[in-house]
Amino acid sequence: MSETPAATLNVTAWSPGDDVIEVQRPPAPGAGHGAWRTFVETARGLKTTFGRITEGVNTISYPEEKVPVYPRFRGRHKLHRFEDTGLEKCVGCSLCAAACPADCIRVVAAENTPENRVSAGERYAAVYEINLSRCIFCGYCEVACPFDAITMGHDYELSDYDRMDLIFTKEMLLAEPLERTPLRNEGE
Amino acid sequence: MTTTLALVGYYEAWYIQILKAVVIFAVGLQLVPVVLMAERKIMGRMQGRYGPNRVGPYGALQPLADILKLLTKEQFRPTTSVGFLFALAPMISILTAVAAFAIIPFGNVQHIGGERVGLYGVDVSIGPLYLFAFGAIAFYGIMLGGWSSGSKYSFLGAMRGAAQLISYEVSQGLALVGVIMTAQTLSLTGIVTAQKGMWYIVPQLGGFLIFLTASFAETNRAPFDLTEADAELVGGYNTEYGGGRFASYYFAEYLNVLVVSGIVTTVFLGGWLMPFGIHPPGWVDPIVVLFKMSLITFFFIWVRATLPRLRYDQLMSFGWKVLLPLATLNTLITAILVVVTH
Repeated sequence: MSETPAATLNVTAWSPGDDVIEVQRPPAPGAGHGAWRTFVETARGLKTTFGRITEGVNTISYPEEKVPVYPRFRGRHKLHRFEDTGLEKCVGCSLCAAACPADCIRVVAAENTPENRVSAGERYAAVYEINLSRCIFCGYCEVACPFDAITMGHDYELSDYDRMDLIFTKEMLLAEPLERTPLRNEGE
Repeated sequence: MTTTLALVGYYEAWYIQILKAVVIFAVGLQLVPVVLMAERKIMGRMQGRYGPNRVGPYGALQPLADILKLLTKEQFRPTTSVGFLFALAPMISILTAVAAFAIIPFGNVQHIGGERVGLYGVDVSIGPLYLFAFGAIAFYGIMLGGWSSGSKYSFLGAMRGAAQLISYEVSQGLALVGVIMTAQTLSLTGIVTAQKGMWYIVPQLGGFLIFLTASFAETNRAPFDLTEADAELVGGYNTEYGGGRFASYYFAEYLNVLVVSGIVTTVFLGGWLMPFGIHPPGWVDPIVVLFKMSLITFFFIWVRATLPRLRYDQLMSFGWKVLLPLATLNTLITAILVVVTH
């Protein structure tokens, strides 16, 4: 950076500091430079590509190898039960359905009776369906839930042949999910 | 009237010729899927990926799957196309490629079962001329294919191809003239035997480089693949082709790479001759030739993975302003040297 012109003009030149980027100049015209580009630069390029052969591949062969997901990855939903009593955490309040921007959750609540106690609260979700073909995996349902009854899991392999099969019912969401995706550990 | 149109160096009984042709083309055409596979695998490695690895062990059956897929497809033809030429063009392409393959010598005359058999399709005394004649006809395959498709992309690709082939054929031919003058023969086997002392890549290094560069253009390979510049022309002259006809174009392209590798091997790399005066038995000759051919083919693949496509004006100015003067200079210097040393 030459500061002489700025000094003579009595203008404070803006100093880029350490943040200077070396600009790759376009090749200069002329026969010498042309020959340089034709032979030396081409040879350099060939050397680069040849060196890549031994460097191995960056491909992750997906169905066989999977990228581990982070603990907070938002995959398919899970409904939870209390571990001690086995009762469902969901009380059928429909706050998740209200929070859902894609409107993909359907909750029909029913009263718990002493003979038929499903959840820990007054009511329970008689029907709890998530249409995963509409879900955008935003995680708002998880945030909205006052009882941590619904959380986002790690499973992202959700393709199916029929749209109807993508409407997950309460039983499917409560069931222990298939751990098909490796989980990335803390700090990994 | 027995006017000799072209002298043939040595020819065998008719049944041996037929047998020879079958063997050479059986081997030669098997090489095409190998080259196809090698290209995709090597380029994959150079770009940090595997390349095809699903069909068969290490993806080795991928070319077979591709060919099967293409051949079982419908023979599609656009309504704007000229039917007869549309069907004929890929045939011309593949025919010329196969015909050019005939003159590559894989070895000298051998004694097999009491017969003298030359390990080549035919040893014409006009080898390079034969090659360029078929090279020129090959360009009709591209030109007619692009034009008869009735599509602007195909047509643009074909026009580019025509201009490119004409420009580079001149330099390619001139690059060979130096060798022909030094060897004093037009027969390819003659050129090989003339390299007994030293391969022509040493005295004719300039010619070798010019020929190789022009060959990239002649085979429509990167960085001169403007004919089928995918990004701007969809697929170039073969945009409208599908199924078996596309397969023929594809096949011809790779066979052309093999032919050029064979010619470079024959003319500059000493054909079946081994370096350092090693004289192996005759059956090793084809292996030596195939090994040298595979080196050149590897170079073709390597360059494709390295260099970006040239702009059209760069291609033209490179052909006419750089390669042609250099080729002429090479010819001139060789001519002077030949006259001085003889």
